[in-house]
Amino acid sequence: MTNLDTAQGTMSVSDEVAIQIIGMHKWYGDFHVLKDIDMTVYRGERIVICGPSGSGKSTLIRCINRLEEHQQGQIIVDDIELTSDLKGIDAIRREVGMVFQHFNLFPHLTILENLTLAPIWVRKVPKDEAEETAMHYLERVKIPEQADKYPGQLSGGQQQRVAIARSLCMNPRIMLFDEPTSALDPEMISEVLDVMVGLAETGMTMLCVTHEMGFARKVANRVIFMDEGQIVEQNEPEEFFNNPKSERTQLFLSQILSH
Amino acid sequence: MTDLSYVRKESHPDLPPPKSEVGVIAWLRQNLFSNWVNTLLTAAALYLLYKAVPPLFNWMFWEADWSGKTYQDCTSDGACWAMVRVRFDQFMYGFYPVDERWRINLGFLLLLGTGIPLLIEGVPFKKYLAIFVFLIYPFIAFMLFYGGMGLTVVETNEWGGLMLTLVLATVTIIVSLPLGVVFALGRRSNMPVVRIICVAFIELWRGVPLITVLFMGSVMLPLFLPPGTHFDKILRTLIVMAFFAAAYMAEVVRGGLQAIPKGQFEAAQAMGLSYWKMMGLIILPQALKIVIPGIVNTFIGLFKDTTLVLVIGLLDFLSIIQSATTHKNWLGTATEGYVFAACIYWIFCFGMSRYSITLERRLDTTHRD
Ligand SMILES: Nc1ncnc2c1ncn2[C@@H]1O[C@H](COP(=O)(O)OP(=O)(O)OP(=O)(O)O)[C@@H](O)[C@H]1O
Ligand SMILES: [Mg+2]
Repeated sequence: MTNLDTAQGTMSVSDEVAIQIIGMHKWYGDFHVLKDIDMTVYRGERIVICGPSGSGKSTLIRCINRLEEHQQGQIIVDDIELTSDLKGIDAIRREVGMVFQHFNLFPHLTILENLTLAPIWVRKVPKDEAEETAMHYLERVKIPEQADKYPGQLSGGQQQRVAIARSLCMNPRIMLFDEPTSALDPEMISEVLDVMVGLAETGMTMLCVTHEMGFARKVANRVIFMDEGQIVEQNEPEEFFNNPKSERTQLFLSQILSH
Repeated sequence: MTDLSYVRKESHPDLPPPKSEVGVIAWLRQNLFSNWVNTLLTAAALYLLYKAVPPLFNWMFWEADWSGKTYQDCTSDGACWAMVRVRFDQFMYGFYPVDERWRINLGFLLLLGTGIPLLIEGVPFKKYLAIFVFLIYPFIAFMLFYGGMGLTVVETNEWGGLMLTLVLATVTIIVSLPLGVVFALGRRSNMPVVRIICVAFIELWRGVPLITVLFMGSVMLPLFLPPGTHFDKILRTLIVMAFFAAAYMAEVVRGGLQAIPKGQFEAAQAMGLSYWKMMGLIILPQALKIVIPGIVNTFIGLFKDTTLVLVIGLLDFLSIIQSATTHKNWLGTATEGYVFAACIYWIFCFGMSRYSITLERRLDTTHRD
């Protein structure tokens, strides 16, 4: 693993607000998934969100780039409020990258084409420039030699690194991760986490749903615990893990640390 | 207690496979004579082939008559191919004026010359070829086949034979695919009005036999048009058949769209792709690839369904052959006529089928090294 002691030291948090969520509620039909979410994310923060299955972690981060629609309250990303206005949604999606549990690479395109598609078609970057950027990020995730292969020929860990590189090619200001390592075989988890640690060191604002507590301790400046659609507790990682305040957090931590 | 620990000292070498696994003998044994049921089936199949193939070849080739002016000139036991020879030009061009037939040849050669390279992998300038074939060629073909720009007009009631069949099939095939895609997308739209219109269109056309819509197009439609408007019969047939095929195509494409995982849509949206870019760049290329067999199946069905235009009095390839075999000079050559028609239809359909398999292989990105 990357040297984590140094990781946190070099990362600074500004007082500029990147994401602000105020009194946000969401329902699926009559099921109240997210309840009164208030949250401010400052630029440069690395936030880890954890909680039991079904607690609404994915739903929360998917609301931030409008893959899910909230029904009440406000979400403001980069000073743009998310409403049904399509222009605002497009603007936010250009600034917010997302990495999924199941990678979601485009299987009919080569790795290089996966990386250049959005820059070319959304940002209107010329093709050769987009390819240059793509190769740069592939080198950063340490698989430039796979550029001409198809996603189906890569291992899970490699695919997830490509997915991260693909998001970075859009030059986002905020990155969302939804359990990026939970579909991977154990020996591939660390190669993906390494890339994420490296990304954190560049000062990227990151929101990461994960149960990798080692990663949270090393990289996060804040850990948020969710249960039943609410934010139950949040704290700095050391305090959060060593001294959880709420009973639900204690129970959750004892469950995930016991195996 | 025994000692359970074990450590391999050296690795086992790779050995060639046993003799029974390779070679012709092994193949025969495995595939034709693996057990007594299989052996029996092999023997039965060989016997049937022995009984059926030689007589067929005798009839079709060795004992066939190749020339003559009427059926009476065919004196042997075999097929009377003289009929096909005498009527061949009519089978190809219908009643298209003899002096103008070069226009049809030129039209189809042009399509072959530009269309076939479009289907082959690695041909350069495909973009320009595609623009030509889909945007410019239709006008050239219309001008060549129908007339105008200095060429004498050949009314569509003189069109017929294989030429008519190919015009009907090509136009409906080329129009029905994009139209089907549009209706498939519409059927999955979030906008209720669009969705309802598309569902209604698809279910309406799919629920009615082709013969019925052909009749309606040719007999009933003119009744609703203001008197005096001339609306070409073949054009009406083309529209009706393209809509009919589009309804089927829409359902085939919808199957493909449903097979695309939600994550593909989400990844595309999360990158900021608009709806049309997401569909055009990510979803449709994958969905259409999945349903190539279904698309080609629809194309083949469509190609053969062009024979139904006989009910509205168009002389397509099959009906012009039928009419030749009922001519007094050639009474008794029905079998030859149908065999000839079957061979030609089969060649086209088999060609489409083979091409679809090649295409599937070429587009397969899952197991390629
Ligand atoms: N599209 C949907 N329609 C209806 N209910 C949904 C939908 N998506 C999620 N849910 C429900 O919303 C709740 C929260 O789901 P969510 O995926 O956000 O949980 P999660 O915290 O990410 O869980 P996990 O750790 O299993 O990924 C769950 O109870 C889930 O069943
Ligand atoms: Mg989840």
